[in-house]
Amino acid sequence: MKKRSRFPFYVTVAILVFFYLPIIIVFMQSFNASRFGGAWKGFTLQWYYRLFADKNIWHALSNTLVIAFGSTFVSIILGTMAAFALYRYKTKLQITHNILIYLPLVIPDILMGISLLLFFVSLRIELSLFTILLSHITFCMSYVAMVVLARFQDFDYSTFEAALDLGATWWIAVKRVLVPYLGPGIAAGGLLAFTLSLDDFVITFFVAGPDSTTLPLYIYSMMRHGSPSVINALSVLMVIFTFIVVFISKKLMEVKE
Amino acid sequence: MSAEVLRKRKGEILISIPPILWLVIFFVIPTFLVIAMAFRSADPYGGIGQEWTLDTIKSLGNPDYPVIIWRTIWLSVLSTAVCILASIPAGYYIARLNKKYQDILLLFIIVPFWINFLIRIFAWKVFLHPEGFFKEALVALKIAAPDTLLLYNTGAVLVVIVYSYLPFALLPIYAAAEKFNFHLLEAAYDLGAGRLQAFVRVFLPGIKQGIITAIVVVFIPALGSYVIPDIVGGTQAEMIGNKIAQRTFIDRNLPHASALSTILALAIIIPSAVALTMRFFKEKNSTSLRLR
Repeated sequence: MKKRSRFPFYVTVAILVFFYLPIIIVFMQSFNASRFGGAWKGFTLQWYYRLFADKNIWHALSNTLVIAFGSTFVSIILGTMAAFALYRYKTKLQITHNILIYLPLVIPDILMGISLLLFFVSLRIELSLFTILLSHITFCMSYVAMVVLARFQDFDYSTFEAALDLGATWWIAVKRVLVPYLGPGIAAGGLLAFTLSLDDFVITFFVAGPDSTTLPLYIYSMMRHGSPSVINALSVLMVIFTFIVVFISKKLMEVKE
Repeated sequence: MSAEVLRKRKGEILISIPPILWLVIFFVIPTFLVIAMAFRSADPYGGIGQEWTLDTIKSLGNPDYPVIIWRTIWLSVLSTAVCILASIPAGYYIARLNKKYQDILLLFIIVPFWINFLIRIFAWKVFLHPEGFFKEALVALKIAAPDTLLLYNTGAVLVVIVYSYLPFALLPIYAAAEKFNFHLLEAAYDLGAGRLQAFVRVFLPGIKQGIITAIVVVFIPALGSYVIPDIVGGTQAEMIGNKIAQRTFIDRNLPHASALSTILALAIIIPSAVALTMRFFKEKNSTSLRLR
């Protein structure tokens, strides 16, 4: 038995430091009275007060949530149908289908953004929250399809056929056999779609209209023109929110198991 | 029997049509539209000319572009290499821990990436700021001169691309390492291999699939980077993505933006389509073999 090298351990520690260092600095700077985020000038909460006084943020947040809920709902339906077809049938049509589902996953955001922009411009569709919604459904459904398809891999299709043989209609069999089995996969896919929609900046940037600012778009304009300290404060709140969501979903999973 | 087959076929069509139709309308047609638009001229009012032309493609010979395209490629290659080289030892380390610590460590790796993408990049801007703590610490330690600029150069872009995509490399490599049978390493030692030799000739081939996935998921988004060079790069470190956005939003020259996008798209679509078709056939053959 050879003594194990310490090198992999050091690399892992270095990666974790690398991941958390910038976030820690942002936390500290959000309480720093210095306006441009330089040296420490004393503790303050003024950036947080300023953040809460900004009405545009709340408007952007509500736009973001409307799009996230809408695109999650539609992409769950389309993505689950796609996963079912890819699992159930092995035909030429499904080879094409498989490529169609995969490509949006590998294509860079900026290409999807510009192609959708050209599409809407060519059809003279006015850019609005609705065009953002259509675009988000397009990139979210592939992720849902992939997650649900992974869940399908262990599904025994004969249980579904047994339900049909025992007199269940197709719809009843879907509702009583398929959906309960796929439930965790659909929930995981939906959660992924929701977070991707919340997080998206590049595609939204291309297809957004003048009155359809989402939270990432607003953060970007603040980064360009606003006070960096206010963004620090916003970042801290979003980080805390993220940690709470992660904690709750972890607890929920433990209860289920 | 044929009625049964026909019914199955009808079911397949019914369930496949909505997702396929959606992707054809909102993904395939727009993608071809980009390619077609690259052969149109731009009118001076930000619209699209009526006639077909090769002028837009020819204008890519503009002396600025080869430099930017080259920079995009080497930055993507280098950041992919850094991600892979860091992920292999880390994936190895995590995979050898016991399950409980593996889960904790993975959570620690994933959580920062649930923070909004823009905010993570912004954090780097704060971190590398000329008056920030990090810069001052470097100056105090005499590593950097007081007038060194950490931001707005290709180095900053490289660091932030690595930061953004490292977990995407780490997760598939860890997943492959986790399935790797570490007794094989012991066997290699017993057969006289050195530690490095066993690592290179037994461990690396064992996690090959994870490494390939990691390369794909880092390299492709790195090629399409736009926000990262936009925020931490400045004019010295522009990539193709910046040019596409500038042509779209600043000059409103959509044909020109399309020509640039076409280059980026073809570089990605052709190899991935070939690889996916091959994989699908391979899987199909292996399942049919199993059924027999």
